[in-house]
Amino acid sequence: MRSDSFRNVWILFRREFASYFATPLALVFIVIFLALAGLFTFFLGGFYERGQADLAPFFNYHPWLYLFLMPALSMRLWAEERKSGTIELLMTLPITPWQAVIGKYLAAWAVAGLALVLTFPVWITVNYLGDPDNGAILAGYIGSFLVAGGLLAIGACFSAATRNQVIAFIVTVVACFAFLLSGFALVLNAFQGWAPQPVIDAVASLSFLTHFGSIAKGVIDIRDLLYFATVIAVWLIATAIVLDMKKAD
Amino acid sequence: MIEISHLSKRYGALTAVDDVSFDVKAGEVLGFLGPNGAGKSTTMKMITGFLAPSSGTVRVCGHDVQAAPLAAKSCMGYLPEGAPSYGEMSVRAFLEFISDVRGLTGERRRSRLDDVIARLGLASVLEQVIETLSKGFRRRVGLAQALVHDPLVLILDEPTDGLDPNQKHEVRELISAMSKDKIIVISTHILEEVDAVCNRAIIIAQGRILADETPQALAKRAPSGKLEDVFRQITLGAKPAIKEAVNA
Repeated sequence: MRSDSFRNVWILFRREFASYFATPLALVFIVIFLALAGLFTFFLGGFYERGQADLAPFFNYHPWLYLFLMPALSMRLWAEERKSGTIELLMTLPITPWQAVIGKYLAAWAVAGLALVLTFPVWITVNYLGDPDNGAILAGYIGSFLVAGGLLAIGACFSAATRNQVIAFIVTVVACFAFLLSGFALVLNAFQGWAPQPVIDAVASLSFLTHFGSIAKGVIDIRDLLYFATVIAVWLIATAIVLDMKKAD
Repeated sequence: MIEISHLSKRYGALTAVDDVSFDVKAGEVLGFLGPNGAGKSTTMKMITGFLAPSSGTVRVCGHDVQAAPLAAKSCMGYLPEGAPSYGEMSVRAFLEFISDVRGLTGERRRSRLDDVIARLGLASVLEQVIETLSKGFRRRVGLAQALVHDPLVLILDEPTDGLDPNQKHEVRELISAMSKDKIIVISTHILEEVDAVCNRAIIIAQGRILADETPQALAKRAPSGKLEDVFRQITLGAKPAIKEAVNA
């Protein structure tokens, strides 16, 4: 049974991953991601001007890039299945809803991972120019990949809630924005004054940026990993629940 | 064997399927008839495990669809209404995907794929992307995916909808050819189809079963001997009766 589950997840993953590349979506996504990542690193981030051999200016902008790019990747996951009616086909095949949720989600995450891997020229550049801490760079990549995974899990859930991809996109951007920003004064001020301190601390600790920041510094703390694992698990559970509730629409 | 007992589906105040019970045995081709919105598709969606019933049970091949969904789904082939498929995939990739999910491997996978491709005449479009195909071909791809694992139970929601007369004829031949040892349930509002392929007909309206007989016996109910007249008589006749029941 267990090996069957992995097999089914793998089959669904493969189909979904291929379908990203069957349309121009994956290609457009990767090209835009690479172009913007380069632009932000070298112009806004002042990669050369800083005179330091590290990739901080590269990784710092990733969450903001992801804010718009990840919802674009996740919006079709379930909304399209709903719109085309294939959800009925998928859910009457001998697979569990869980296998579908995980297989499809992993495919979106793999596309994001591929885009991230393709930024390797930046890594080569910094190694050519100086003598960076490659351990910290690896940590930065892991952190960035986890942020992408968290945002995609949020996106999968909102995609499951609608048959309209544009609505899925917009709602996901707003939700992701809240998750990225929850450590910032803008969000915390809304809680200040009426919520007790532990609640404010809890909200602050929900921020992707706080956890990404500490990983990107080169310290992979088990609590940060646990945080991302929890975020992903919670949103995927929500995806499965939403799918089950709204199957008929 | 399909065993349906006291099946109901309610959406808020609306009852789409109302206490429906019937069994279907091997060798039966059951035509599910009824006006639009009668509850045909909803019933089929509950048989195939896509929708959970509000009450009642469905057993397919001895497996309760709610309690043992994977076992029940494994022995069914399903063509959903409108024959949805992944438009960006080629016919070959799509059928291979379905046969993988259905657990077919090796020689059996190859021979089953060859069989459905030949039966539905898909050889000429195998490498084409599904969304570029005509409606008739898309419907055939939908039928092929329902048949690929050679299921004991076939649930076909309007299998000939949108096909031209020749294609309709072909699909009916296909259904008749398979009917000996299988259980086939087809929904339709084309009455000639019931006459052509079914050996049992259930008329459903407003979520209730109004008739359950052979098409021949059913036709005799009208003085004209036409299924069409019986259908109108039964489904239109039911409406006032239900209204009265609601008012009372």
